[in-house]
Amino acid sequence: MTGLARRVGLSLFGPLLAVLVALVISALVIALIGEDPIAAFRVMVDLGDSPSQQVQSIVVVLNRAVPLFLAGLAVAVAFRMGLFNIGVEGQYRLATVLAAAVGAAVVLPAPLHLLVIVVVAMVVGALWAGIVGVLKVTRGVSEVISSIMLNFIALGLASYLLTGPLRGSPPGASIITTSEIPGSGRVPSLNGLLTGLGLAEPRSGLYGFLLVAIVVGVVVAVLLKRTRFGFDLRATGLSPSAATASGVDARGMVVKTMLISGAIAGLIGLPDLLGSQYDYGTEFTAGLGFLGIAVALLGRSAPLGIALAALLFAFLDRAALPLQFADIPSSVVTIIQGTIVLAVVIANEVARRLALRSAERAGASAGPDSGVGDGGTPPPTSPDGGQRVRAGVPGDPQGAQA
Amino acid sequence: MKASARAMALLLAGSMALAACASDEPAAEGGGEGGGGAAAEELRVGLAYDTGGRGDRSFNDSAYTGAAAATDALGGELQELSPNDDASNRADLLVQLAEQGFNPVIAVGFNYDDVIAEVAPQFPDTTFAQVDGSNADGAKGDNVTGLIFAEEEGSFLAGVAAALKSESGRVGFVGGVESPLIEKFEAGYVAGAQAVNPQITVDRQYISPAGDFSGFNDPARGQIVAQGMFDGGADIVYHAAGGSGLGVFQAAAASGNRAIGVDSDQYLTVSDPALQAVIMTSMLKRVDNAVEGFINDYAEGNVEGATDVLNDLSTEGIDLATSGGFIDDIQSEIDQYKQQIIDGTVTVPTTIE
Repeated sequence: MTGLARRVGLSLFGPLLAVLVALVISALVIALIGEDPIAAFRVMVDLGDSPSQQVQSIVVVLNRAVPLFLAGLAVAVAFRMGLFNIGVEGQYRLATVLAAAVGAAVVLPAPLHLLVIVVVAMVVGALWAGIVGVLKVTRGVSEVISSIMLNFIALGLASYLLTGPLRGSPPGASIITTSEIPGSGRVPSLNGLLTGLGLAEPRSGLYGFLLVAIVVGVVVAVLLKRTRFGFDLRATGLSPSAATASGVDARGMVVKTMLISGAIAGLIGLPDLLGSQYDYGTEFTAGLGFLGIAVALLGRSAPLGIALAALLFAFLDRAALPLQFADIPSSVVTIIQGTIVLAVVIANEVARRLALRSAERAGASAGPDSGVGDGGTPPPTSPDGGQRVRAGVPGDPQGAQA
Repeated sequence: MKASARAMALLLAGSMALAACASDEPAAEGGGEGGGGAAAEELRVGLAYDTGGRGDRSFNDSAYTGAAAATDALGGELQELSPNDDASNRADLLVQLAEQGFNPVIAVGFNYDDVIAEVAPQFPDTTFAQVDGSNADGAKGDNVTGLIFAEEEGSFLAGVAAALKSESGRVGFVGGVESPLIEKFEAGYVAGAQAVNPQITVDRQYISPAGDFSGFNDPARGQIVAQGMFDGGADIVYHAAGGSGLGVFQAAAASGNRAIGVDSDQYLTVSDPALQAVIMTSMLKRVDNAVEGFINDYAEGNVEGATDVLNDLSTEGIDLATSGGFIDDIQSEIDQYKQQIIDGTVTVPTTIE
């Protein structure tokens, strides 16, 4: 039991330390530019005066967190396998433009229409990421290189499609968009739920896609922790050679993992697309795929952690506005986000070494069976297994074992 | 071997994630409160920037200059808001400003097109303006004024200057992001160059495709694109690429050629004398004057809404800079074309064929 508490403590230690370090550094920076750090932090947590403003602030944070969460999940699924999917950016952009075009083109009753859009987005994302997987297993191309390169191709392709065949905006318009998705293809807001809970009506709608994101998060958590596939995936991530030796088809796993990662990546653009924009245009939010890497790192590649990380990033993002009203440069937020990412990489490494040392100590006292079992034992109850501290940092599986 | 590859990957991803978080916005001191005598109805101007925010040394900063000049002269408060790094919270900026009673609220950039049309009707008592966005038909609401520019006219003159000054008969155009707005620059430039020399070759290239706004802020790629044009025989390159223009100047300086700046008088705004020497002229787009003029109009109660204020050569909202004296010898020819455009005897295209 103490072992479990220790593992949970260790898995929380990294991110918490990272956030703490980031806050201290940010406080120093704020003090250096002649502002009061305490006042700045107070402004950041102030959600507004009236109840409707407060609810609105929460809605803004949640609406921002949903795509970040999906982006983090997409990156994390590959992380857990030891794969670095940097191509999430291209996968979601291409998926969103095609899903938007299909959504605007087909006429179907409401639930079916929505389903078609979601399926198109997931399939496009999966196929685009699948290229990376196939290249890796057939030609041995590093997924880092190929996914970066495919980002450029995806962005160019999305741009070509948007300005060419899929263009729906009138010729003179400054913003080029696809045609608008009709009402039956949109996700209704959850504002009814909010008011039903006795909260004030916010100005903008809470994305209904929030529910989809939660479902995806649960499915991924179950898949990783409770299925044979998830076990194989994590085992391969921890030690490809050990996994292969125990009968896991490592090559097949690479392709399957990339397909899943890409399918989730395909969803990233949908909260905005189906909840507020209804078309994909040149001003559509870019860069979520890269932010997803930061979110996955911070969340230690575990769904619950990623949800918290996404909420933190979204919260910081919103705080940039009140900071500017208080005449404090919003760059403070950028500094906090940047230092968190940096600190989390360092903290994960520290936590990994601590875990390794305690595992070695335990192994030394328990007997000589720590070789493979050490990494592969899935602790059934902890939210993020203590030994998998390195899961967030796909460093070197061999090194972890050595 | 494998371990080092993984470590590299981690480093790479870390830096990318950081880059995704980063913005080049300097820690500039926020909204300067005009602090003038608190009249019964104090002027409280809200200014919402586009991607890049304050400190972009381009149109955002130019808008600030104008707004600050107006609030300094009239007395009152200026609240500026920069969007987050991916500018996904544009609507929030406008809502917050309007909610907190700022009036007028000025949005900078054509990317506010959809957002302002959505927000403005929710605040009928607030006066909005949008730089680079048209509202001639009132589709964005009765309380929105478009502050638009005839960039093609100034670009035409830039093309005239380039063609007159070119010795190789080959000039270039570097656009930041492929978009209808930047195509206006391109169309005017090409027309101007061909008006002087129908045989001239104009190399045209965009740094990033539509939807990818990195092309406005990527000096390294600006330099590569311009270098390619200079290597191909062009001797003057005009850029409409925001922050990437710096790379165009560097390429010109490195290869002993010349470049034409955009938006502000870049001869005055670049600090490096080596780059100054290659900036032959700049196409001026006076966002500052337009914003200042709009705030003054508002203070005098002269804003109707649902209209456009067109800034062109005739209003001096668009012009060609003469700093450095590089185009003094061809000034009379440029002035001739300028007059013809103002008179309407020369019509400048706004789109490329």
